[in-house]
Amino acid sequence: MSYLEYSIKSVPTGPRKLLYLHWPLILLLCAVAGVGFLMLYSVAGGSPDPWAEPQLKRFGLGLSLMFFVAMVPIWFWNNLSWLAYGGTVLLLILVEVMGSVGMGAQRWIDLGFMRLQPSELMKITLVLALAAYYDWLPPERTSRPIWLLPPIALILIPTALVLRQPDLGTSILLLAGGGMVMFMAGVHWAYFAAVIAGGIGLVTAVFQSRGTSWQLLKDYQYRRIDTFLDPSSDPLGAGYHITQSKIALGSGGWTGRGFMQGTQSRLNFLPEKHTDFIFTTLAEEFGFVGGMSLLGLYGIIIIFCVIAALRNRDRFSSLLILGITATFFLFFAVNMSMVMGMAPVVGVPLPLVSYGGSAMLVLLVAFGLVQSAHVHRPR
Amino acid sequence: MKRPVVDTAETHRRLTRRALLLGGAQIGFMAMLGLRMRHLQVDQADQYRLLAEENRINIRLLPPARGEIFDRNGIPIAVNQPSYRITIVREDAGDVDKIIDRLSHLVALDPIKIERAKSEMARSAPFLPVTLADHVSWEEMSRVAVNAPALPGITPEVGLSRRYPFKADFAHVVGYVGPVSDYDLSKIEDPDPLLRIPRFQLGKVGVEAKQEDRLRGKAGNKRVEVNSVGRVMRELDRREGQPGADLQLTLDQQLQSYVQARLGNESAAAIVMDCETGDLLALNSSPSFDPNLFVTGISVSDYNALTESKYRPLAAKSVQGTYPPGSTFKMVTALAALEAGVMSAEDTVWCPGHLEVSNRRFHCWKRVGHGHMTLNKALRESCDVYFYKVAIDLGIDRLSAMAERLGLGQRFDLPMSGIASGLNPSREWKETVRGAQWLVGDTVNASIGQGFVLASPLQLAVMTSRLATGRAIMPRLIKSVDGVEPERAPAELLGLNENNLRQIRKAMFDVSNNRRGTAYGSRIIDDAYRMAGKTGTSQVRNITTAERAAGVTRNEDLPWERRDHALFVNFAPYDNPRIAVAVVVEHGGGGSTAAAPIARDITLRALHGGTPPLEAYPTRDRDRIEAQQNRLNAVIPDRNGNVRGERA
Repeated sequence: MSYLEYSIKSVPTGPRKLLYLHWPLILLLCAVAGVGFLMLYSVAGGSPDPWAEPQLKRFGLGLSLMFFVAMVPIWFWNNLSWLAYGGTVLLLILVEVMGSVGMGAQRWIDLGFMRLQPSELMKITLVLALAAYYDWLPPERTSRPIWLLPPIALILIPTALVLRQPDLGTSILLLAGGGMVMFMAGVHWAYFAAVIAGGIGLVTAVFQSRGTSWQLLKDYQYRRIDTFLDPSSDPLGAGYHITQSKIALGSGGWTGRGFMQGTQSRLNFLPEKHTDFIFTTLAEEFGFVGGMSLLGLYGIIIIFCVIAALRNRDRFSSLLILGITATFFLFFAVNMSMVMGMAPVVGVPLPLVSYGGSAMLVLLVAFGLVQSAHVHRPR
Repeated sequence: MKRPVVDTAETHRRLTRRALLLGGAQIGFMAMLGLRMRHLQVDQADQYRLLAEENRINIRLLPPARGEIFDRNGIPIAVNQPSYRITIVREDAGDVDKIIDRLSHLVALDPIKIERAKSEMARSAPFLPVTLADHVSWEEMSRVAVNAPALPGITPEVGLSRRYPFKADFAHVVGYVGPVSDYDLSKIEDPDPLLRIPRFQLGKVGVEAKQEDRLRGKAGNKRVEVNSVGRVMRELDRREGQPGADLQLTLDQQLQSYVQARLGNESAAAIVMDCETGDLLALNSSPSFDPNLFVTGISVSDYNALTESKYRPLAAKSVQGTYPPGSTFKMVTALAALEAGVMSAEDTVWCPGHLEVSNRRFHCWKRVGHGHMTLNKALRESCDVYFYKVAIDLGIDRLSAMAERLGLGQRFDLPMSGIASGLNPSREWKETVRGAQWLVGDTVNASIGQGFVLASPLQLAVMTSRLATGRAIMPRLIKSVDGVEPERAPAELLGLNENNLRQIRKAMFDVSNNRRGTAYGSRIIDDAYRMAGKTGTSQVRNITTAERAAGVTRNEDLPWERRDHALFVNFAPYDNPRIAVAVVVEHGGGGSTAAAPIARDITLRALHGGTPPLEAYPTRDRDRIEAQQNRLNAVIPDRNGNVRGERA
């Protein structure tokens, strides 16, 4: 597919593209990242070291990447989808092989200036591939069983690879994100109903089988589930993180304990306070107001993106934006559910806030794709 | 492949529907997250705030300084002195083995304790101090301090530890403290959290134990902020505790130390009591032990030596030991008879050396008999038959009642451990406890303080005080608490006939000052210090008829355990009684030879307030007494606890 084939009435060119970027979205992203810097500064005890400053640099790099990606026409990325997907799967296999050869459970490739986690990259490239697939697939075939098999394979291959690492959080994100793209592409709702019903059935079976001769899980796995359902049953063991996280959140109250006054995070009662549990620090220090503000920012990002997707008449662009939005949503939804004790601790960072290079860069590249789709939308 | 530029309307509508559906679901889920957040942060905020504070704040107790104990003149007899110990902090030390090796060149380290410390270090957090050596001397401490730069992680720490400067002299009265044991905790209901502080010292016996509540004081506390692994981040606030109350005892250190030295290694007890106020001036039991050993932890061999000795050094015999009072009881019989009017002081009794009562022959200590005896002569020469006869007329009921009035058979409430109540037998007692009827023979035995009668040296001293003053004197050991002396009314009169008391006192005077008195050999010739006393020699076995026939009753020929107890009680000066003294020498032989000389020395010392002049002694004894004074003065500690010729 060439630029000319992709007939467009008017697409901005050159530096004029900058004017057509979705600037409110960029400001929102900066605002969320700003919250992140503030919290990283706070959990380090009022110091840009060791987290806030590197995070700021990475955000700068990520922002540049976003602009770069946004400037490149969306049809170029469409053409690159399969390559990107294939390349990321290869990288996943590569870390798997490297991990088994040495280093133990290694999830990243060292690029020198940062460690790249292919599983993070996978979240984007999977969405790219699925969007490209449904863009290519004639709409009337969308719900035919035979045409369901390729996207299911596209989702399950990286999910299985990531699950082997083992990284339950990312696998859930891939599975759910992929499923959401399929849903929006128009796959008949009955399939989803069937899958959800099957899932509920499986969970019921797992619980029903406990203590019987056909028990489906090992005893220790059941104990983990117990701890999740009632963290107070094991407050110093596996339930410790959840209990302490809830204490931190709850003690924040309406307006919080004040910037850098959070005792739970400052005295190390919080686990992983700069990564997965950073939201608890925010909620402890700025309270319900602070927590809701961040949630509000995320909500506006979601709404802006959905609007941008719906205004876009290009099917690939729409699906891509919606897929990326869904992945972004899953990120913070799983993270927040986890720290509020509504989901098991699976290790998903809070997007743009948690300390971590790969997730931040990948998300900004993803938003670069959103911008590119927005700038180069058919008019 | 060619496709329409714009998606067909239908496809796009479907996409829009689905996207709005999913977007709505996402917003809905976020609303749920918000509600959950509201539930945690608004509805349950107080509860979680409390949990966060509990996480963060740790309350540490500050042990109060234990109250100190002084004698009646303000000389400290139980003090808190700095005790030094060496601790190590693993994270600061780096190479622990190397540091300990260096330390061992400066301080004597116990390899067993070091092993224990190393295993403790392996278990505990790296920032917690672990004790390497306890009760380190000042010199060793200084050496460590000087070498501090070469010993990272090593900290000399100062705490307070109990010390008893007069060592054995006050061991039985003051007792000692020791670390709190699980057994101590199990005995106390709802124990003070202070007791759970490591190294906290608790009174174990004596005044230290009985006055524990006053001496301990109230714990202070400090609130510290700790992080998740328990490291202290900062102190939030501190409330100092209230130190324990200082106690002043009625004891006189100089006298107490003298008495202890005078008793020497005899298994004996002695009491000096102010016979007007009841203040106990000296309360000794020998042999004694060094209570400081128990504070630092006594070795098994030392402890076994103390418990296995037949002289029972750990027992406070002056209050815990009970002995048949023997002839010292005769004043009770005599006074009871006079008060009851069953005889007068001038009535005579014929002593043929024995008395037949219901087909049993009761012997006088003097085989050939004393002849005609009046009350005065009978007490002076300690004739047994006189009292047998008097008691038969008197009966046990009146005898027992008089003993009770004079303080026998009752438990005096002093802050000491295991105070004995002795035994003042009565008809009722024998029926309930022994299940047998009281016999005349029992009365005869009781009349001379044998048979069932048992008295502690404390009770004998009280009895003597009451005889000397005619008042219901009660012994007292605590003079003041934190400088406040409780108001005390003078003791009430016992309601005894003064004439009768005078008869008894005169007879006691003659015991010591009449040429025929049993304690004439231990008289005081200084008129200002004349004493009135009574000897007692109580049997601890029955003398069989066969033995009596063979005549083998010499104490020296018997094994120690079967020899008679030697007793002596006295008050002095005779004209104006100030002190009462009771001395018991276990298995010491005769009261006049074993107990009376000790009582005389103690009496003189107490009355004179220092080494008494030799002129107070009979001329014949002076050389011997002078040698004894020199020997004893050399071992009596001064008011700082230092013994002459011995370095501090």
